[in-house]
Amino acid sequence: MLVVDQFNVYYGEKHALNNISITFSSKTVTALIGPSGCGKSTLLRSLNRMNDYIPMFRADGSIRLGKTEIYDSKTDVVSLRKRMGMVFQQPIPFPLSIYDNIAYGPRIHGIKQKKQLDAIVEKTLHQAHLWDEVKDRLHASALGLSGGQQQRLVIARVLAVEPEILLLDEPASALDPISTEHIEQLILSLKENYTIIVVTHNMQQAKRISDQTAFFLHGEIVEAKETDILFQSPNDQRTERYLSGQFG
Amino acid sequence: MNAKQMDRLATLFFYLVAILIVCTLIGLLGFILFKGISYISWDFLTEAPGSYILGEVGGIAPMLFNSFYLLILTMIITLPIGIGGGIYMAEYAKPTRFTKFLRLCMEVMSSLPSIIIGLFGLLLLVQYTGWGYTLAGGALALTIFNLPLMVRVVEQAITAVPKDQKEASLALGITHWQTITKIMLPVALPGIVTGTILAAGRIFGEAAALLFTAGMSSPNLDFTNWDPTAVSSPLNPFRPAATLSVYIWKVNSDSLSTQTAAIVSGGSAFILICVVLLFTIFARLLGKYIYRRLTSS
Repeated sequence: MLVVDQFNVYYGEKHALNNISITFSSKTVTALIGPSGCGKSTLLRSLNRMNDYIPMFRADGSIRLGKTEIYDSKTDVVSLRKRMGMVFQQPIPFPLSIYDNIAYGPRIHGIKQKKQLDAIVEKTLHQAHLWDEVKDRLHASALGLSGGQQQRLVIARVLAVEPEILLLDEPASALDPISTEHIEQLILSLKENYTIIVVTHNMQQAKRISDQTAFFLHGEIVEAKETDILFQSPNDQRTERYLSGQFG
Repeated sequence: MNAKQMDRLATLFFYLVAILIVCTLIGLLGFILFKGISYISWDFLTEAPGSYILGEVGGIAPMLFNSFYLLILTMIITLPIGIGGGIYMAEYAKPTRFTKFLRLCMEVMSSLPSIIIGLFGLLLLVQYTGWGYTLAGGALALTIFNLPLMVRVVEQAITAVPKDQKEASLALGITHWQTITKIMLPVALPGIVTGTILAAGRIFGEAAALLFTAGMSSPNLDFTNWDPTAVSSPLNPFRPAATLSVYIWKVNSDSLSTQTAAIVSGGSAFILICVVLLFTIFARLLGKYIYRRLTSS
């Protein structure tokens, strides 16, 4: 379970996230929706401390993963990130072979035996619904794959370091409709084992894949509740206007 | 004149500028190569120099060797420091006043007139250390203006690595240092290699900084003695060594026979230009090759 409690983010003078509180339960999918610049990606990147590299970044409040306080100075950021896999908007394979892309993480984390690596590669490619398409060319460059395949490869690469949580930052927005459908099905099947948080611009997508939806506006969560309820009867007028496409 | 005509005129102008540049280069290279090739012979490449003051032509073997050896010595010093500095500037240096100051220092360092660096080398590396004219002194003097160049080459190559790839690696729970060595350096490698070889071309042709550091003469070299501590060994870094460029200058200023000077410097210039051209072509090919190796397997 991942609990965000009265969490604030500042970029210099700018108050980017304002008093965010939300709970991500195990083995559920949470969609973060809202117009551009509303803070949804900032929250996602705060969860695994990818914002640490931004100059002037400052955070207060609390985010807890199990018993770990994420912004505690004693927290080991590297092993924290290992527990939270992240997938970005653009598919980003490393300029290596398909096999090496996936084996990259496990190798650095200490798995050297080829048998073990083979098993991880095969297992994660199956999980990412990519095995059948690439099993005959595992040692070909990952850059030769299509965008949709690359994104699934990236997901397999993330799964290979055995995270507990998956953070997906608009994972399908750069992909065509068929690849998008692949990714959505993948998310639904991964839900059985992982806690998934997905940022999306696509409200229909949020509706299709998520259990919980949080609507962000100007750095605040306007409303966060079960997806069905949020879409059918939003409490806040701003949510209703956004969901019906009146702004955004 | 309307906008369309203006556009055509501008296009024509830029074409002419481009043609002018290409023609200048081709003319220059063509002249040197065409004039020089007739002086090249096996003996010219493999013999020791003759008494050029008296009009003997002789060969350029020791100078050619010195040029390459000095280049290697310089690279041994600059590569590790340059790569380290480049990584620091690209990945660790925060945008503080100190970093700005550091950048300014490097710019000044790389734009110092090379003759001044030569004089500085004379004071510090020749006289103060008591080494006399040495290859080591020459290599250190060359380091002064090669180092900033190397740092910039490495910094730019690393900065050009897509930020996404860095973040993707970090997000896998991989440390910053491992991300640099396993993902960023390999991706940046073609750029680093190309930049290094191009920088090498500049070192190879440098003369002014070497006049007072590596010296204008070479001892009689014994090419069968490879013990780097022996005085006559070509590998001894603490011996004086005239490079090819320095030799061209030396022959032209000392020889009493203008004809001999023309032959020696014409032939030497031919070799110098060929080597630098080969460096340039080699740099492109190697960069491309490494990139291809990296992106397909």
